[in-house]
Amino acid sequence: MIRTPLRPLARVLSAREKGENPDHIERENIRLRVEATRARAQNRAEGRLLLLGLAFFAAFILVGARMGLLAASVPQEPRSAASGAEISGRRADITDRNGRILATNFSTFSLYAQPKQMVDPAHVAKGLVDIFPDMNVDDLQRRFTDGRSFMWLRKKLSPEQMQAVHDIGDPGLLFGPRDMRLYPNGKLAAHILGGASFGAEGVHSAEVIGVAGVERAMDARLRDPAQAATPLALSIDLTVQSTMAEVLDAGMTMMNAKGAAGVLMDVHTGEVIAMVSLPDFDPNDRPQPLLSGDPGDSPLFNRALQGVYELGSTFKIFAAAQAIELGLVNADTLVDANAPMRWGKHKIGEFEGKNYGPLLSVTDIIVKSSNVGTANLALKIGGMRQQAFLKSLGLFDATPLELIEAPGAIPLIPKRWPDIVTITASYGHGMSASPMHLAAAYAAIANDGVMLPPTLLKRDKIPQGTRVLSANTAAIAASMLRQVVTRGTASMGEVEGYDVGGKTGTADKVKRGGGYDKGKNINTFAAMFPASDPQYVLVVTLDEASENTGPKPRRTAGWTAVPVAAEVIRRTAPLLGLRPQIEYTPLNTVSAARQ
Amino acid sequence: MRPFLFILSAMVLMSLAFWAYRENYATQRALKDVSNLNREIAGLRESLSQQRAEWAYLNRPARLRDLVALNFDSLGLLPMESGQFSRIDQVAFPLPPIAAPELGSPIETMGDVESGAGAFETPADAPAKGSEEPL
Repeated sequence: MIRTPLRPLARVLSAREKGENPDHIERENIRLRVEATRARAQNRAEGRLLLLGLAFFAAFILVGARMGLLAASVPQEPRSAASGAEISGRRADITDRNGRILATNFSTFSLYAQPKQMVDPAHVAKGLVDIFPDMNVDDLQRRFTDGRSFMWLRKKLSPEQMQAVHDIGDPGLLFGPRDMRLYPNGKLAAHILGGASFGAEGVHSAEVIGVAGVERAMDARLRDPAQAATPLALSIDLTVQSTMAEVLDAGMTMMNAKGAAGVLMDVHTGEVIAMVSLPDFDPNDRPQPLLSGDPGDSPLFNRALQGVYELGSTFKIFAAAQAIELGLVNADTLVDANAPMRWGKHKIGEFEGKNYGPLLSVTDIIVKSSNVGTANLALKIGGMRQQAFLKSLGLFDATPLELIEAPGAIPLIPKRWPDIVTITASYGHGMSASPMHLAAAYAAIANDGVMLPPTLLKRDKIPQGTRVLSANTAAIAASMLRQVVTRGTASMGEVEGYDVGGKTGTADKVKRGGGYDKGKNINTFAAMFPASDPQYVLVVTLDEASENTGPKPRRTAGWTAVPVAAEVIRRTAPLLGLRPQIEYTPLNTVSAARQ
Repeated sequence: MRPFLFILSAMVLMSLAFWAYRENYATQRALKDVSNLNREIAGLRESLSQQRAEWAYLNRPARLRDLVALNFDSLGLLPMESGQFSRIDQVAFPLPPIAAPELGSPIETMGDVESGAGAFETPADAPAKGSEEPL
């Protein structure tokens, strides 16, 4: 840029010649220079404003155009988008631990009528009654002609029924698609699965909701569209469950019992491998609850979980284990077991008025199932510590199983805990718990004294658990239970190859009005196997069992529940992948020669 | 020069228009194919789940148990029990293959027991050696 001098020599000289003040020229030039600078600054500022205005304009146009487009366009799914994660409106399947289907969905049709479209209501009514014998001709005809415009006829149809309804050929009969819940294994695991029914119903679809068991407890998970493609895996093993149901059913018949329950638990994970309650029902066609009589007699009643009974002598091991844990006794300490024992106005006797005393070692108290010996152990422990221990074993609260019935199955605990309750509770009387509670408590002993919350869902990560007994005490308790089978009340529980250890329990049922019913027993066998390194815990309970082959009926657990439990172990242990410990038999001449 | 450029740009414009027209219809066809495929996939998924349900129904333990009982004569299946397990040293070694005489060549020796007898001694001894440590 050419810079104009403030005092150009030519103009100054000419101004001097003309007699003007040359300073005017300088001032004039300064003014011009300032003006030029201002004009440049103004231009730049205006340009910037314009640019900003344009940017705002473009942004507003963009936003406005997008809004207009969104408002004016018809909403539609992006059709070309790749189908990624499957989102489904169906209910998720339920499988066992190995992925075998326990519950799935099946497409079917519902039948409804629009009587106003009907050509010949009388013919339709007759045709429908031929297909569905439970319908009534007169009733149908009356409802078809009373002016209504819509009515449901059937919630689910089989393909054959649907074809037969088609063949009636009336335009007033219509079908709506339905997803129904199907339990392909029928009665198997019925109490665990529960059942499902329809919630809100429309012509084109209906909501499937769980009504009991896992279906109800896990309803939100099963209905979650994001998880519909992933089946819910239970901890149940279908094969073991089926075998246990078969054996218990046979045992129930042989022992003339009116009900049976069995729980098999994996002690290291807390998973319930099998849970059976007999009699059972078909969840595909769930029966109505009993309106009169004892709800415990309904097949819907889950004896393994809801059956809160006095479980008898199976509790004795808790008293013995706690006494050893507290250092009050050891396995060989002699304890007073002189029967009958008097406590206030109460008399505590033994089975059939026997007397195992005067002194018994702690092991023999368990082996011979001495009430008096256990009572004395419990008195040494004291009521407070006994309650705390039983509570830590989960025997005071509902089990955390994923069944809708579980929170309701609370053990019956006396409100006050005087010494007589301490005595009776030590041998399983005066407080009631379910076989599931007992299994969880035995699993704690079997799992080296660590209590794990039981579950019905397959566990990927094993929770920490709480230690209730030292590993040493747990091993002593397991060896006592083993001796009950080898030389005690559960001699029929011996299963070749699987060191079974367990405790029998026989308790009279509590009458409705109070007191005990001498002729009605709950027989329980709580077992762990193999006792040297326990892997599984099994609890078998028979309701009102009696073994009638002898001259007089035998009602003790040793004669009823134990052989059934042994058969369950014999059949299920190989299925669980447990190798039997085979005693080595040297080859004799015959077998050697055969080789 | 200029008219030539005009004609050229008009032709380019027309060919672009034709290309856009074809792309438009190709896209619509592809979208229709995709939605047909999606419908087919949904149908196949549906029938897959039906098949699974049927498979589970046909394999229900109660039915298999009945089938085993019905076919006991031919299959002879029994429940697995602990008595069926055995120790490995109680299992006999397989017999050495019998050297079959070649077809066409006459059998020259008969009843030569001594030659094969040595092979049987090893299995008979083996259990005695391993008897201290159970498997």
